[in-house]
Amino acid sequence: MALEVDIEKQLGPFHLRAAFSCESGFTGILGASGSGKSMTLKCIAGIEKPDRGSIVLDGRVLFDSEKKINLPPQKRHVGYLFQHYALFPGMTVRQNIMCGLHDVKDRQEREAQADAMMDMLQIRDIASLRPEALSGGQAQRTALGRILVNKPDLLMLDEPFSALDTHLRLKLQAELKELLGGYGKGIIMVTHDRDEAYRMCDRLGIMDRGQMQAVKEKKEMFAEPETRAAALLTGCKNIAEARKTGEREVYVPAWNIHLKTRETVRDGLQAVGIRAHSFRPDEKDNAYPVQIIRETEEPFEWIGEFRFDGQAPDTAPVWWRYPKELRQKKPPKKLGVPPADVLLLYE
Amino acid sequence: MNDMDLFPLYNSLRIAAASSVIVFFAGIFAAYKVAKMPRIVKGILDVILTLPMVLPPTVCGYFLLLLFGRRRPLGMFLEDLGIKLVMNWPGGIAAAVVVSFPLMYRTARGAFESFDRDLAWAGQTLGLSNTWIFWRVRMRTCRQGILAGIVLAFARALGEYGATSMLIGYTPGRTATVSTTVYQLWRTNDESGAFFWVMVNLAISAVVLLAVNLLEKRNRSTKWRLK
Repeated sequence: MALEVDIEKQLGPFHLRAAFSCESGFTGILGASGSGKSMTLKCIAGIEKPDRGSIVLDGRVLFDSEKKINLPPQKRHVGYLFQHYALFPGMTVRQNIMCGLHDVKDRQEREAQADAMMDMLQIRDIASLRPEALSGGQAQRTALGRILVNKPDLLMLDEPFSALDTHLRLKLQAELKELLGGYGKGIIMVTHDRDEAYRMCDRLGIMDRGQMQAVKEKKEMFAEPETRAAALLTGCKNIAEARKTGEREVYVPAWNIHLKTRETVRDGLQAVGIRAHSFRPDEKDNAYPVQIIRETEEPFEWIGEFRFDGQAPDTAPVWWRYPKELRQKKPPKKLGVPPADVLLLYE
Repeated sequence: MNDMDLFPLYNSLRIAAASSVIVFFAGIFAAYKVAKMPRIVKGILDVILTLPMVLPPTVCGYFLLLLFGRRRPLGMFLEDLGIKLVMNWPGGIAAAVVVSFPLMYRTARGAFESFDRDLAWAGQTLGLSNTWIFWRVRMRTCRQGILAGIVLAFARALGEYGATSMLIGYTPGRTATVSTTVYQLWRTNDESGAFFWVMVNLAISAVVLLAVNLLEKRNRSTKWRLK
């Protein structure tokens, strides 16, 4: 499976620009709501038409503005799992799944395939229920079954867990990942939840205000986000402007500190990010005196908000998260950051 | 009362039935197309298509006479085809269509506007044809609203008086409808006759309103369509 996307679309003041490619396996698009993630999926599915560009799936041109090719959604063979699953009301689970099998002419064959899919998804016992009687998880499986029997060349999941209760998500994420593990085609999942993206995906792309940034391995994306948007979306709490002062050193004016880095600092550095988990009281590198100004207890962690001693007065406090067993009687006087944890941000 | 001629009821029913069939398709077609239009065009078309609802029916009748009159191009053309509308019962269908169309159009449009577009898109990405999606998903999802619309349109067509009396007049046994009969009988001092037809009218209207209410109560939404 290979998908090549390079599209642009103007929607009022909003400009969508997405250029990326992806292969088999789980690719995640991480972005805030309204950043254009769903619009990108809709363009790939043929529901929305980009102004310019091309979309090629396994060598098949789905869209090309120059060659004036714009296949209708029906001819694209792209599966789309909607956020609210879009099950057809008035039809049972079985009838909904049969809708994906309209190409199969033989009725018995059709029923056999629907039954096999319902067995695989373990929804055979709810085959005669209508959408309004289903739980969120059951609705998701039904919608997925309806798509999978249709054998699409690419599967797209639009915020697949956002309609579900929080306590169900983790379980259903693990189940869905397992279920789709053997699915040989590509899967694109759109989400605003970094934990979900990390758990489910092999690779991640960042979508920020209509601009899609390069797709990277997820570990690399979290270790070296390289842009402010990527740092924010991967959960980095502390971002401040910075400038290069040495080959492996930067100065952060807002905090009035110099930081050593592991990576070579390139020209054009804009900011640095430090994750709340990266600060350590016993770290010798990048250790500076701090003053804890507020502490908040969470179920399994503490959050300490602090200021560096030389920090500019009108700047936001810095966030530090640490496990409960590291808590001391007295708050630390100094906090340090391993050079490898200083994220260099260029945009 | 024994030799009561039931022709007006028969005539009203056939006019209302025929016009309802026309209005059903025309209203759905217009609602479906207008819902997709850009906002400005939508606003203008909406005014034009809804106008007959607020205009006095006699004004609609006047325009219909301008259009279908025997010396008008369209009237002459239809007469060549053997279709006589003016002073003939089929003219009642034309009058009923014009007056009841907005009711169907507006309720269908309201139903289509609340239709979750994800459903249609889901069908398209599954490779289902647009026609199939229209009839099996969109119409099915919106069926309560559309049924309510057609019942209202039927009731309005059945009670049509103003445009009908201008276009087809009142000829007993030929063009008389329930509502024109009430007026004629009252005018000719046949109070008991008028009362009978008033009762017929009341009964039909009550049944229709009951049907609309029942349809609206059943109009529940499923939680997976909620946004």
